[in-house]
Amino acid sequence: MARMTFREAISQALREEMYRDERVFIMGEEVGRWGGTYAVTRGFLDEFGEKRVRDTPIAEGVIVGAAAGAAIAGLRPVAEIMTINFAFLAMDQIVNHVAKLHYMFDGQITCPVVIRTVGGGGRQLGASHSQSPDVVFAHFPGLKVVAPGTPADAKGLLKAAIREDDPVLFIEHATLYQVRGEVPDDEDYLVPIGVSDVKREGRDVTIVSYSKMLQISLEAAERLVQEGIEAEVIDLRSLRPLDTRPIIESVQRTNRVVVVEEGWRSYGVGAEIASRVMELAFDSLDAPVRRVAQAEVPLPYNRRLEQMALPQVDDVVRAVKDVLYL
Amino acid sequence: MSREELLELYRQMVLIRRFEEKSTELYTQGKIGGFLHLYIGEEAIAVGACKAMRADDHLFTAYRDHGWAIARGLDPRRVMAELLGKATGVSGGKGGSMHLASAEHNYWGGHAIVGGHLPLATGVGLAIRYKGEDSAVVCAFGEGSTNIGYFHESINLAAVWDLPVVFLVENNQYGMGTAVERASAVSDIFQKGCAYDIANAQVNGQDVLEMYRAVQEALDHARKEGPFLLEAITYRYVGHSMGDPERYRQKAEVEEWRARDPIRLFAAELRKRGVADEATLEEIHRAVEDELVEIVRFAEESPEPDDAALCEHVYVNPVPHR
Repeated sequence: MARMTFREAISQALREEMYRDERVFIMGEEVGRWGGTYAVTRGFLDEFGEKRVRDTPIAEGVIVGAAAGAAIAGLRPVAEIMTINFAFLAMDQIVNHVAKLHYMFDGQITCPVVIRTVGGGGRQLGASHSQSPDVVFAHFPGLKVVAPGTPADAKGLLKAAIREDDPVLFIEHATLYQVRGEVPDDEDYLVPIGVSDVKREGRDVTIVSYSKMLQISLEAAERLVQEGIEAEVIDLRSLRPLDTRPIIESVQRTNRVVVVEEGWRSYGVGAEIASRVMELAFDSLDAPVRRVAQAEVPLPYNRRLEQMALPQVDDVVRAVKDVLYL
Repeated sequence: MSREELLELYRQMVLIRRFEEKSTELYTQGKIGGFLHLYIGEEAIAVGACKAMRADDHLFTAYRDHGWAIARGLDPRRVMAELLGKATGVSGGKGGSMHLASAEHNYWGGHAIVGGHLPLATGVGLAIRYKGEDSAVVCAFGEGSTNIGYFHESINLAAVWDLPVVFLVENNQYGMGTAVERASAVSDIFQKGCAYDIANAQVNGQDVLEMYRAVQEALDHARKEGPFLLEAITYRYVGHSMGDPERYRQKAEVEEWRARDPIRLFAAELRKRGVADEATLEEIHRAVEDELVEIVRFAEESPEPDDAALCEHVYVNPVPHR
């Protein structure tokens, strides 16, 4: 175990996998000389050379497509899309090609590509640079979509994604990079894709979240302790495949659910979780499922308005009290 | 090229032509569903190009792909079975007419999003260089694809990284119903290569031997130097797909191109060279008819995919939704 930031954990995962497997390489905008726009790949160019650390033109379609092609031909590319907002420029490659190649050609083609990208708001970057459209990608069968909320999960999930034979979209949150935590240093430390995790145990209410909102939810849980409320906090970690087992088990004990996501409420993660809870644990519910999500607006630049639009600790605390009828 | 090789090229073109005509019939009978894009009139391109390719070279095509699959050496019975959606089809009946592929032949698919396979082909070129191999990629697409961003992005990246990709434009004059002059600011498509400073050429797509030579040169250049933009001038004798009313072109124009039928041109060439007489060519046609009977029989008698196939191959490693 070593204590490190989320950024260091991602960086370590990449480095370890590149040493382990000659077929692993990274490509994307500014991954090389610049050192990564979020400094994740700083030093990689000197360490691994230009063949394995490839700066690309600003052209998301061909970044994803060429990485996918290299994967078809037997390599293990990690393509970086600078921010998830730009992934829309590669949407056709991601959903019409990468997600469907294995199925459409009856298993003859595999595409073990990892697409690393960075999402989230809260840094006053304006509406086109502050989105959390994770569910858009999670909608498509054929893709695996993960979004870790702790340094340990970031490392274990990224290593698992690189070793995975299916295409994986790996979503990091821009405001998580400085978060610190204990991270295993075993070279074969992996976090399985498609397995949710109970991050905090509690008897009174189940809070479901992931990525940045996991941190917000854990903070809310700490604050609720002072009011004598014990919240169970479940981290989805993967959006597809989605693992609802720990949620259902938890709801059967707590009888109350709050889902916290940074994306918009309509058609979001909360909607999906609420439906699953209703399908699988309807009789356990003592209150309607509550959703905490971003206001239904393109995110504004103004700091106060931006914070108002994004889910805050207070909002989670409020929602928990609502389902407890307090 | 030996006499046998020349006759084999002729046989392949005839087989593709008759395969497509038979597909039309089966489509009309309701045995083939979805879209059906026919290669009639363009046979010389795939046959010439595949002759120039080595077994370790890679192929990507667009959705007008039956001719390519057959020319690349896929079993035509299994190609037809795919059109009929059968389990024995090259893509297990799950791809259909537009998604033929065969890993064994390094044929990575017919792709149905215009221009969408160009980045993938570029990526296979990247893998070839990465692994230090000597193979190359042929990526075929219509002239309509040259107006989409993928064309620019892919050729630019292939040029920046000197990737071994032959970008082969099958210019059949129309993107669906829109003439090339109405859609493309530069209608001599090969000239678009100048914008990326890559080698480029235009070739008569109705002449199978010219196609063969041009693709061979382009592949040679790709292996040694980097990307090549090759434009083959051709024409499709039938509509864009089944059900195309063809209101956008004149009958006279079609007739004019039919006079440049690649099969008849090659037959004349073979006779002129003394490679084959009328009887020899007739024999090839007869043999193709026999083969077609077997192709259709195999496809029609093949089983449908079983129910389990529905959920197979969504993932390599499926994790059940829980």
